[in-house]
Amino acid sequence: MSFLIDSSIMITSQILFFGFGWLFFMRQLFKDYEIRQYVVQVIFSVTFAFSCTMFELIIFEILGVLNSSSRYFHWKMNLCVILLILVFMVPFYIGYFIVSNIRLLHKQRLLFSCLLWLTFMYFFWKLGDPFPILSPKHGILSIEQLISRVGVIGVTLMALLSGFGAVNCPYTYMSYFLRNVTDTDILALERRLLQTMDMIISKKKRMAMARRTMFQKGEVHNKPSGFWGMIKSVTTSASGSENLTLIQQEVDALEELSRQLFLETADLYATKERIEYSKTFKGKYFNFLGYFFSIYCVWKIFMATINIVFDRVGKTDPVTRGIEITVNYLGIQFDVKFWSQHISFILVGIIIVTSIRGLLITLTKFFYAISSSKSSNVIVLLLAQIMSHFWINSFDLQGMYFVSSVLLIRMSMPLEYRTIITEVLGELQFNFYHRWFDVIFLVSALSSILFLYLAHKQAPEKQMAP
Amino acid sequence: MASLDRVKVLVLGDSGVGKSSLVHLLCQNQVLGNPSWTVGCSVDVRVHDYKEGTPEEKTYYIELWDVGGSVGSASSVKSTRAVFYNSVNGIIFVHDLTNKKSSQNLRRWSLEALNRDLVPTGVLVTNGDYDQEQFADNQIPLLVIGTKLDQIHETKRHEVLTRTAFLAEDFNPEEINLDCTNPRYLAAGSSNAVKLSRFFDKIPGFPDRKRFGAGTLKSLHYD
Repeated sequence: MSFLIDSSIMITSQILFFGFGWLFFMRQLFKDYEIRQYVVQVIFSVTFAFSCTMFELIIFEILGVLNSSSRYFHWKMNLCVILLILVFMVPFYIGYFIVSNIRLLHKQRLLFSCLLWLTFMYFFWKLGDPFPILSPKHGILSIEQLISRVGVIGVTLMALLSGFGAVNCPYTYMSYFLRNVTDTDILALERRLLQTMDMIISKKKRMAMARRTMFQKGEVHNKPSGFWGMIKSVTTSASGSENLTLIQQEVDALEELSRQLFLETADLYATKERIEYSKTFKGKYFNFLGYFFSIYCVWKIFMATINIVFDRVGKTDPVTRGIEITVNYLGIQFDVKFWSQHISFILVGIIIVTSIRGLLITLTKFFYAISSSKSSNVIVLLLAQIMSHFWINSFDLQGMYFVSSVLLIRMSMPLEYRTIITEVLGELQFNFYHRWFDVIFLVSALSSILFLYLAHKQAPEKQMAP
Repeated sequence: MASLDRVKVLVLGDSGVGKSSLVHLLCQNQVLGNPSWTVGCSVDVRVHDYKEGTPEEKTYYIELWDVGGSVGSASSVKSTRAVFYNSVNGIIFVHDLTNKKSSQNLRRWSLEALNRDLVPTGVLVTNGDYDQEQFADNQIPLLVIGTKLDQIHETKRHEVLTRTAFLAEDFNPEEINLDCTNPRYLAAGSSNAVKLSRFFDKIPGFPDRKRFGAGTLKSLHYD
């Protein structure tokens, strides 16, 4: 009886999440495009719904809501469904859409997409070999096998993004890094851009007129092709077409220049807007936060290095450790159990909310930056894939992306709440994941520091050039 | 040979509708082999015979400015694009017949391009609302081109072709629907080619080829 009630609660919440994902898809991601394939929208919303349900289950675990056996059942079911979608459906549809974009293979779409999917499965399986993640006790198609592989991919992705985010966030928010941009700079660049366009136009006018006179005189102005064409062009001087190719090369160079100038001007406008934004209250507030964030990021990098160098894996979670410290050093007596439950709930809740928000914002920005009407289907499916990887993997206090790790969140939760996770996932080597995350995080953070440093140095030099 | 002032025509439309292919087809009479994203603005020149076949025939260079990007771009990109909208003599709006949103976005494109002339400070102060009054005085000739006609199935053609009817109320533009990978749509003598040269002829017909508001004639039809 209680199982039925619990299930109905779970299903209602799932439907709610599904609806939310659907709305987000329609209103935000696909604001400017027509949705032609509803399959994509359905898959995206389903993935979103199940992922949110997993978060919900964690919260229920902490709060002790619902029957423990029904929680266990739902947890397992959720995991199965997500893995099914992630490993079987989404790659297949991605392959299908990619293949339908290529005109040659249009006729045998299904066949080729099946082939693509099989290749993907092969590589996916091979992925598990070099990593010490399996215990030989379990069979081929068990959950552990799939989760471990998904875990590796997800943790890598997540660590890469965290590393980059840890460095990029303070860089974006802190006004210390803002270059000074005046209106005269922008006007000067715009003038150069228009001058370049004028030069391109005058050259193209010459080309158009030359082509027209050649056409009227009956000359063939195709480029010499093939072996005999090359021989011919050596002896006969088709001066018209030679001129054309020369001018064409000049035009290509000028067009490249105009593109660069355009991008620089857009960059200057963006910087100017950021400067204005930083003078408002909101801007100052974020600037302040940026300082805190940068300290936090430096600390995280430091900790990652220490973990690797000293070969240490965190045994206790921060909450219990914090409480222990306060109890021991400050002599304050309070009920550890009671407080640890509430504090971990709040902590995990904050992580979840900021991750949800962060991921949705990032998804939207990323989607706008790279989409066009041709590829939008593929991109949304890729995003769904990435999102669900994140769901089954961990996120840490940085809280920028959604990644619920059953693997790493386990580290943030006190012992008594870890049981359900450990039960369901069996004997995955959790320590390996922690180590792997630290390594990738460090690598990613350091390379993004290098990258941003180079980009920052290059920009003012470009402006100085006349 | 024309040694007159420049004739500038903008080609506007959403990302991926086929503006670059269209411009290439118009200017070089060849199909564009490898279309790629347009960053910024690419220009091409078309040689046009004004009043062809009459004694007053003159040859003009018409510059087609193909501005890349989408309506939802960041405001910094929009401000940068605005530098291309100066002293425009004609506008070609391009939309994709397979994508409904691209024809709906034409309204926003028209706001962005035409409103530029209204505000001397260069800052877009509209709140995005579409006000028909603003375009009552518009003297810049407009042309609407729908691309990817070959991808529309025969039975759905009628429904698709009436999509841009809303623009007719405000602008009364000419309309052409074609496929940019097939030069026969613009072959000499076809109705599309006639519409195209009629559109280009409208432009030098103004007594004063400056921005809108400077001329006194309001003729929108070439006779």
